[in-house]
Amino acid sequence: MNVIFVLWLREVKRYLRSRPQIIASLGQPLLYLLVLGFGLSRVTQISGAANYMQFVAPGVICMGILFTSIFSGIGLLWDRQFGFLKETLVAPVPRLQIMAGRTLGGATIAIIQGTLVLILCMLVGFRPQGFAAIPQAFLFMVLIAIVFAALGTAIGSTLRDMQGFQMIMNFLIMPIFFLSGALFPLTNLPTPLLVATRLDPLSYGVDGLRGAFIGLANIGVAFDVVVLGVLATAFLILGAWAFSRIQV
Amino acid sequence: MIKVQNLSKTFGEVKAVADVTFEVQPGEIFAFLGPNGAGKTTTIQMLTTLLRPTSGTIAIDGLDPVAKPLEVRKRFGIVFQDPSLDQELTAYENMDLHGVLYHVPRKLRAERIETLLKLFELWDRRTSLVKTFSGGMRRRLEIARGLLHTPKILFLDEPTLGLDPQSRNQLWTHVKHLNETEAVTVFLTTHYMDEADRVAQRVAVIDHGKIVAIGSSAELKAQTGADSLEAAFLKLTGTTIRDEAANSADAMRQMARMWSRGQRR
Repeated sequence: MNVIFVLWLREVKRYLRSRPQIIASLGQPLLYLLVLGFGLSRVTQISGAANYMQFVAPGVICMGILFTSIFSGIGLLWDRQFGFLKETLVAPVPRLQIMAGRTLGGATIAIIQGTLVLILCMLVGFRPQGFAAIPQAFLFMVLIAIVFAALGTAIGSTLRDMQGFQMIMNFLIMPIFFLSGALFPLTNLPTPLLVATRLDPLSYGVDGLRGAFIGLANIGVAFDVVVLGVLATAFLILGAWAFSRIQV
Repeated sequence: MIKVQNLSKTFGEVKAVADVTFEVQPGEIFAFLGPNGAGKTTTIQMLTTLLRPTSGTIAIDGLDPVAKPLEVRKRFGIVFQDPSLDQELTAYENMDLHGVLYHVPRKLRAERIETLLKLFELWDRRTSLVKTFSGGMRRRLEIARGLLHTPKILFLDEPTLGLDPQSRNQLWTHVKHLNETEAVTVFLTTHYMDEADRVAQRVAVIDHGKIVAIGSSAELKAQTGADSLEAAFLKLTGTTIRDEAANSADAMRQMARMWSRGQRR
């Protein structure tokens, strides 16, 4: 338990100490929010949402959580590079605990980052449907953070260098984001695209978060929770397995 | 304490370690010497559960690192050849984290951290982030950290690389003390032959992945007719200079150094 805690604390400390990075990683969601939120507001009408800003804000929050949590998992790559990974790998502690500490730390950071994006959204005009939305939204933020932090750990365990990271970025993270329905509603889509969006774990996160915040869920909030819960478990197992296989 | 039989490790075409057999007795200080790229670090990585052997068997305190990695990890401590500190944490935090990972009780942990940081003259800088440390200070911190808990076996992979003579002296005095008082078995590699001559009871020389000689320093000198361990070493391994293959981690480290130069003024 102690071990999980110190490794969790390490992730959080490192995050809090890298202020420039916190600000930098708020920049991307903010850009999407402002450019799309204001730019498309006048040309886009989405049924069920007052305006495009209301529609896109939950998607942008998901984006903040997605990127932060996956990058924290891939942070394994930096630890491999700076050598700290070895220090934890030879320690007389089950690797499951090491993986758990790291992943929970990454998820925590992602939740903080998601909260910051939410505050930004509210500053530029996003209005959730009420205070009752907050606990439900938080549940989804936690689930999304755990799913992708665990996936990040699994990926980070198998990557060996930065080239691999570029591949992951272009062929995994960007598609996950664009297919998730963060930017457009997942209705009336051609069948192949619809299937792709349903295979995207983040779709259920976006749907659930949007359901919580503005009462607009296409898939269904209860189903979203179940899917995310199952995926979180599966990715944690996958991450733990991949992490236990690491050789230096 | 360490028993290695017909150990081999192949990376693609390259045989890094080829059919190595040796044994280290409990309480012994054993030096593993060889030119760059001879297979020293690869051997240590296999002994310390970081790499799986291609073939052959290892027994650490009677246990197989492949089958029982966790049990084996409980028995050794290691100072790595290349950096393994968290640069975004302070010196004290690095020590404390290590103490938790190795289950050193809180009170004892605080005491030992203070003793060791003072011994290696880092106490005044304990609250500084490691990324602000010079190379020598980082090295001293790695060593202090490696000595925080008292394992059955201590692996030291070129521990004195980049250390000043004062710190080297501190290190070896401390290691000998541990060996004498706590019967810690020490497995070390170094490029400084005088160090091996001074502290090790037995020496193995490895070259091109194979052990070419094994015995006490005196035996090796007698075997080669040389008057120093360094001369004996050169006779055994020749005088050509070796290149070590850089792996992807090395390449990345180099890149990180390039990138971090801007941040560190």
